[in-house]
Amino acid sequence: MDSPYLHSPALSQHSPSDYDREQDEDPQAGSSRLKPAAQLTLMRYLQDLPDADIPPSPVPPRFHTGRLPNSKAGDGKPRLLLMGQRRSGKSSISSVVFHKLPPSETLYLETTTRIKKESMHSFMDFQVWDFPGHLDYFDPAFDVDNIFDEIGALIWVIDAQDEYLDAIMRLNTTILNLQHSYPNINVEVFVHKVDGLSEDYKSDTFRDIIQRVQDELSDHGYENAPVSFYQTSIYDHSIFEAFSKVIQKLIPQLPTLEALLNSLCSNCHIEKAYLFDVLSKIYIATDTSPTDIGSYEICSDYIDVVVDVSEIYGWDRPSENGHKENPEIDETGNNDAESLITMERKGNNYLYLREINKYLALICLMGDDSPAEKKALIDYNVGVFQQALGQVFPRAER
Amino acid sequence: MNTGKRQKQRKVLLMGKSGAGKSSMRSIVFSNYVAKDVRRLGATIDVEHSNIKFMGNLMLNLWDCGGQDGFVENYLTHQRNHVFGSVAVLIFVFDIESREFQADVVSYSNIIRALEECSSGAKVFCLIHKMDLVQARLRAQLFEERADYIRAASEGFKETVDFFPTSIWDQSLYKAWTQIIYFLIPNAATIESLLQQLAEVIDARELILYERTTCLMVTHVTRGTEAQNPFTDRFERISSILKTHKQSMAKHTGIPAGSANFAEMQIKTGRFMFFITRLTENTNLAASIPPSEQVFNAARVNILLARPRFAELDIASRPRPGIQQAFAHSASAESDAVAGGGRGGEGEGDGWAVEGFVA
Repeated sequence: MDSPYLHSPALSQHSPSDYDREQDEDPQAGSSRLKPAAQLTLMRYLQDLPDADIPPSPVPPRFHTGRLPNSKAGDGKPRLLLMGQRRSGKSSISSVVFHKLPPSETLYLETTTRIKKESMHSFMDFQVWDFPGHLDYFDPAFDVDNIFDEIGALIWVIDAQDEYLDAIMRLNTTILNLQHSYPNINVEVFVHKVDGLSEDYKSDTFRDIIQRVQDELSDHGYENAPVSFYQTSIYDHSIFEAFSKVIQKLIPQLPTLEALLNSLCSNCHIEKAYLFDVLSKIYIATDTSPTDIGSYEICSDYIDVVVDVSEIYGWDRPSENGHKENPEIDETGNNDAESLITMERKGNNYLYLREINKYLALICLMGDDSPAEKKALIDYNVGVFQQALGQVFPRAER
Repeated sequence: MNTGKRQKQRKVLLMGKSGAGKSSMRSIVFSNYVAKDVRRLGATIDVEHSNIKFMGNLMLNLWDCGGQDGFVENYLTHQRNHVFGSVAVLIFVFDIESREFQADVVSYSNIIRALEECSSGAKVFCLIHKMDLVQARLRAQLFEERADYIRAASEGFKETVDFFPTSIWDQSLYKAWTQIIYFLIPNAATIESLLQQLAEVIDARELILYERTTCLMVTHVTRGTEAQNPFTDRFERISSILKTHKQSMAKHTGIPAGSANFAEMQIKTGRFMFFITRLTENTNLAASIPPSEQVFNAARVNILLARPRFAELDIASRPRPGIQQAFAHSASAESDAVAGGGRGGEGEGDGWAVEGFVA
């Protein structure tokens, strides 16, 4: 019958330039970079192992990942300490963020009775130490040096739905102690479980906590202590956003990354660009335009879409030898996963995702004024960005 | 099957005990509710009618019938002919957690009897709902037991009644509704054969046709090794992924979830290429193809060209304007697109400061 369709070889005559260009951009594609093989998916399973082995690397890291003012061992693994009163939600946070436990399941978590150490192997290695709430760390029986050496950040979790005066008192003691011996440790206060509070009450509580902590600190003459505050909940994206900011402070290359992203955004008319760690959905950098939680959410949900679809169709296919596929078409797509969503309404705005390496993905929210035809340009510029990142972040090459 | 004119309106009854989850189900599938939003729904009073346009040629006349005993009594007596007349499909929802399962089945039998009397050609689907509340290892067995018991009470529909385990918290809901919808689509076979042709031409591993607003699968074509894909529930999963994405887009952009449609979504990896694009006014086509830019671009163009023919199928029940005309139309579209294909390589010469970009 008379088919209205074009056959694929016919089309190839019309656009050979597409392929040439692609190869020019990317001379060492396939050689240095990892095979794509739906890594997005595979890594997800790796993540579920409580203590996955560190992927072997012949190249020792050239840069310190993380600010390690007190490092003796110098193994380059910043620690995140999770502390706070008992039942304030520390283990829930670590399970939801790093183990992708559905928030509703955290009800069944047991009380933590001993220090739980977990290593994360992602774009940078770090350890998360989940502390039981009832311990007094500055008891002389504890090896304080061992705990606070090498830590990148201390995350103090306060249950906003509970009586928080005790928690603040302990937090203040801890900060004052730390200021004395380890003044460079970032203290990150998570005012947690805010999902259950009304808008007004939430901001009142938040302000009250900040006020109480800062008053105490200035009374002791530490006005500029590195203490930051976040409102978090495991039932929405706020906990991921807060973690993103905590981690970003530990990346010495952050200013460079931001400059790169800024320049990418202005060259391609990108509204907002995020560099995501695919596993944890923590973003390690974004351009310096103001962020709102909405654009973070949409990017994070978008990763889910791409990962889920990759899981469905990225299965191991038996070799397609006997398949009647056209032998000329032996080319194997792009190496890095790439995705694009164009919206029907509101003109041209769309989402763009590109896998940068095993761990990271770049996600761009495009503004209304960036027509989809410029995709070739964006592809090219993102390629440039990818190379630059390889130089900034040695980890990114692996 | 009814005659041509009748095909457009199909009456669907949604029944079951009060609190079984009928309205929740309807809100999620047809009104873009998120599973956790359904807590806000109140009890359904009497019958809530909704007309849902599906695929252009099918109008679902959905009767969401409140399940409280008083209402049911009324349906069976005063409104018997009104409610049970000319029904195409009865969907009966059972609550797996129900404490009075026997009573539910008695009520079901009464309804089935009324249905048999007024529209004997109807099809019955039973959904055993809230399966998420049962422990995973007991689910299959419990479902079978209940299904057998209900089947025994199905009178004249014993042979034809279909059962599905469902839950609003996973994709099983989409699976059940996909089957129901498939039954209602008047020209599914025609669509399928056209889709098969299209798949051959573009060398797709898989083509899936989705309805746009509900994200329910209409039909699919799977070729070659893709049939061995270990994810046998992938169609429902994609339905559910699409729906979630739609809600997320709606939340961010502030446009109502009903119209937060994407024009196209592409995912390219080294193992497969995947895209979903609009096919007709009411459908989206998802295609999984081998990882090759060449095949990908050809597939996109071909799908563009195939649109008019699918659009025609969409309004099948109207007297056809003459199939030749449609062919002529697609032929001219073809030449347009070929001319357009050469344009792809442009757009680099815009003088963008690319070199200076490396820091």
